[in-house]
Amino acid sequence: MELTFFIAAAIAILATIMVVTQYNLIHALLYLVVSFLAISVVFFTLGAPFMAALEIIIYAGAIVVLIIFVIMMLNLTTEDIQHEKEWLQPRIWIGPAVLSFILLVELVYIFTIDTPANYRSTPVEAKAVGMSLFGPYVLGVQLSGMLLMAGIVGAYHLGRQKKKVIHRFLERTDA
Amino acid sequence: MEESTSHYLLIIGGVLFGLLNVAAGLIWVERRMLALWQDRYGPNRAGPFGLFIVLADTLKLFFKEDWIPPLADKVVFVIAPAIVLVTVLLGFVVVPFAPGIVVADLNIGLLFFLAMSSMGAYSIILGGWASNNKYALLGAMRGAAQMISYEVFMGLALMGVVLLTGTFNMTTIVEAQRDLWFFIPQFLGFVIFFIAGVAETHRLPFDIPESESELVAGFHSEYSGMKFGMFFIGEYLGITLISCMVVTLYFGGWLGPGFLPPLVWFAIKVFAFISLFILLRASLPRPRYDQLMEYGWKILLPLSLVNLLVTAAIVLLQTES
Repeated sequence: MELTFFIAAAIAILATIMVVTQYNLIHALLYLVVSFLAISVVFFTLGAPFMAALEIIIYAGAIVVLIIFVIMMLNLTTEDIQHEKEWLQPRIWIGPAVLSFILLVELVYIFTIDTPANYRSTPVEAKAVGMSLFGPYVLGVQLSGMLLMAGIVGAYHLGRQKKKVIHRFLERTDA
Repeated sequence: MEESTSHYLLIIGGVLFGLLNVAAGLIWVERRMLALWQDRYGPNRAGPFGLFIVLADTLKLFFKEDWIPPLADKVVFVIAPAIVLVTVLLGFVVVPFAPGIVVADLNIGLLFFLAMSSMGAYSIILGGWASNNKYALLGAMRGAAQMISYEVFMGLALMGVVLLTGTFNMTTIVEAQRDLWFFIPQFLGFVIFFIAGVAETHRLPFDIPESESELVAGFHSEYSGMKFGMFFIGEYLGITLISCMVVTLYFGGWLGPGFLPPLVWFAIKVFAFISLFILLRASLPRPRYDQLMEYGWKILLPLSLVNLLVTAAIVLLQTES
């Protein structure tokens, strides 16, 4: 189980790096999907099968599909890929590299000092997730519900159209 | 119950062999059944009852020129048809065909099925986009919107069954139907799930991503040879998967009177639903695209929410009393 965890984690990191370095947007998004799948396997090996399933259904299955949906309509050309190449200069990498290095040092510190956490003691089932979501964390659920409601109302407002006669001969322009 | 590795390999091999044969056989079944309902003969020349049409069709697909359009995104173009086959076949992993005959009896079986069916949307989107063809792109966009919308009702409709049994495990769900098959208490859920299933497999009447009268062949206009064959077989496998899920969740899976073995009961029920899929194709016209979306969001979504609410209230009442 430990080996699967490390393989999945390595794939997740590699795929995420590829997301940043790919010039073609669709290819980058494909790597993003692979990264989500790998993270889902990580969740599974850590004993959270419910989270693993939701990760695929929501992130890989719905959100990235919507992003690709938008990008498909942008009509990417080779010029855009050229632009991407120009934007990704080597000096851009300095900031993220320093921050990631600090994280890496922290990770190594945790691994060496602490006794490794006993992961996968008992899998957290869907029922336990539900109990804690609607028990101590019910406020968070309600807040996110309100946020989603605001999104829906906003989308409805943007998408609303005045009712008009569809037929082109009946559509009057003068009145 | 500890089982050996060879036992598992046997199950996996058997399921794969059975499924691929069923999917290929459906080519013949569909054409003959359509012919029957439309009052004509259909393919009846090669072999007994025209059964060798399956062989001829498969051979033809293998030997056709495998053409990749020069302007296409080659890598994505090649991956896309593989995705549909892989995701659909992975969906079968959690289907309990008979007691003990299941590849992986996951605790999150139902969620795993939903995850795999949502990943299936990628094959349409990527295939359509990578072809670099306006009809394929239009088909891909329709397909993406349709599959994302109908996934929502599919998941919500299934939650009624989950509420009644309290688990995502498919085997437990089948065992819970010993007294009463779930299509009686969950009739609304069954109907919504079936409609969403037809839309997920983009079969007629919901084959808007293909709609050959408007978009040539939709998202797979540019595909030929075995790459087209994969979309083709993937569609039949999708029909079989949805039929298997309907039977498992709402029609008691392998349960049935004792004079036939469980696997035969399962096969009979699944075949009945596959026939229903074909009958739908033979009898219903295709709706317009906006009608399809409106139908989904304005009728099916509220209905599935009401179904969920009423089921939850009844379950709550029963546990309190």
